[in-house]
Amino acid sequence: MTETTAQAPAAPIGVPRRENWVRRIPWTFVVFVIACSVPWLGSRYNVFLAEQIAIDALFAASLNLLLGTTGLVSFGHVAYFGVGAYVCGILMKTYAVPFWLAFPAAGLGTALFALVSGYFCVRLIKLYFAMLTLAFSQIVWAVAYKWNDVTGGDQGLPEIPFPNLDWMSSIPGLGDLRTSDQFYLLAVFLIAVSLAVLHRIVRSPFGRVLTTIRDNPERAAFIGINVRAYQLAAFVVAGTFAGFAGALYGIFSRGVFADYVFWSKSAEVMIMTLLGGMDYFWGPPVGALALVWLNQQITDYTEYWPFVLGAILLILLFGFPGGIVGGIDALWRRLRRGFGA
Amino acid sequence: MSASLLFSQLMGGLTTAMFLFLIASGLSLVFGVMRVINFAHGSFYMLGAYLAWQGVQWFHPTGVGFWAAAVFAACAVGLLGAVVERLFFRSLYGREELYQLLFTYALVLILGDAAKFLWGTGQLSVSTPPVLAGSVEIFGTAQPLYNLFIMALGPAIAVGGWLVLNRSGIGRMVRAAQMDREMLGALGANVGTIYTGMFVFSSFLAGLSGALVTPIQSIVPGMDVLIIVQAFIVVVIGGMGSFWGTFWGSVIYGEVLSFGILIFPSFSLFSVFALMAVILIVRPWGLFGRPL
Repeated sequence: MTETTAQAPAAPIGVPRRENWVRRIPWTFVVFVIACSVPWLGSRYNVFLAEQIAIDALFAASLNLLLGTTGLVSFGHVAYFGVGAYVCGILMKTYAVPFWLAFPAAGLGTALFALVSGYFCVRLIKLYFAMLTLAFSQIVWAVAYKWNDVTGGDQGLPEIPFPNLDWMSSIPGLGDLRTSDQFYLLAVFLIAVSLAVLHRIVRSPFGRVLTTIRDNPERAAFIGINVRAYQLAAFVVAGTFAGFAGALYGIFSRGVFADYVFWSKSAEVMIMTLLGGMDYFWGPPVGALALVWLNQQITDYTEYWPFVLGAILLILLFGFPGGIVGGIDALWRRLRRGFGA
Repeated sequence: MSASLLFSQLMGGLTTAMFLFLIASGLSLVFGVMRVINFAHGSFYMLGAYLAWQGVQWFHPTGVGFWAAAVFAACAVGLLGAVVERLFFRSLYGREELYQLLFTYALVLILGDAAKFLWGTGQLSVSTPPVLAGSVEIFGTAQPLYNLFIMALGPAIAVGGWLVLNRSGIGRMVRAAQMDREMLGALGANVGTIYTGMFVFSSFLAGLSGALVTPIQSIVPGMDVLIIVQAFIVVVIGGMGSFWGTFWGSVIYGEVLSFGILIFPSFSLFSVFALMAVILIVRPWGLFGRPL
């Protein structure tokens, strides 16, 4: 967090930032188009991987609003993912609520839970904050694991239905896709919108205040910023988007299980964020891509994936604290300096 | 509810409590001195259990096989703690807590898989040492001797630890390191050695408790991540860094869980986490700790 600033290098005021052809390509649009074409270009397994990556990308980006932008080390972010997944899953399976209602409801439910738990969490500093977020996530886990009537307990909630996507079939070109592929397109669309909103939030004056709080909470308070209120707002926003990611994940994996909410999942999404680079908005999505892809490559050879993950984490912590995007950024700058550009 | 049922719940809770105290005391010491939450503490505990099993296989012929294995496991884990502290942890002390947390989590992943690689994924078990194999009848309930032994060992370690911390030169150094690390260094004490010593002692305790749990619990992969959360709860309730706090925290945890199962079976798991959250909200430094 201290090595580089969150935003792109700021040009001196009054001097237009140097443009180059790499920057001129609308990368986010290119990635979106590629993601949308997976059902036509790739196999069923590719769609599965792409959907996993997209959902994890949103989940990790939402965590990074706390971790990288606001400097809050949440060790229980999976709680909000889980609440979103359970709210959406229970509404759709038990009460047959349509997706277009259940999905916003999942976000709303998660936001409320984040508001209540965050209210207490932001009062604590540093390690105590991390411990309390961990405690809340374990409370969610305990409820999910034991409340058989509602959450299905240790059996979970299997067979969550796909949303009714008949309207999609009437769109030319999408009619002959499988339902799972149609849901994939819907998920990619919703995730793209969510990421765009998150991006706006990080770059807005509100986001700048969060970064100020990260860099120096005392000074932020001194210039009249209500630090706790801003931290709580960031907590609620991050929780809500994690809830959206969870809601999509429940439908994608055709079920919600208590395992999703166990504390070690929070560590996994932290690793994604760190692997991509938490000083950059697009770091965590890149981390999600890298981790899901690596997982798929490595589990072909060995069952010891956690060992590899731990080794990656060690390398990151001791060698590349800036993550993948941080490494690319540093390399890019060095190259440009080398060419005298 | 009969009196004997209540009594056996009480004793069951105390047994859990004393095991947790053995584990959590090391976690609490490391937090108190180094301000680091060590997720790998549970992995050290698991390695202690596996190494004890291994030791029993090697030393079985002799009558003291189990005890030798327990000492062997505790020392081996302590040695591992020394290696981890000297090689890696040392360079993380000045860094942000995120890096420290994730480093200890990396150890959890690596040690968990190392244990699977070495000992497989099946259940392993160790039989109770012959000296403590029987049980005695108290208030109409049969209490295994081994559980009584653990119930005696917990307070013994608590008193011993308290004496060392409060009445010895080493303890004075440790308490000074808790309060002001830089000042202690400036006064000429070797803070690095104190840190290594604390970490080794903490790992030793984790390994010992892992070894001692083997006669009453089977050894399975995943026992590391389950125990570490419980140890966290205990340490949070009692107060991170407080030795007696950890003791009473384990007693509270053990009894809440034990009686919670009796009264609200499906809420006992919830209640201990809720207790942890409430303590963190009301008194983040725990019942017996001091504010940072």
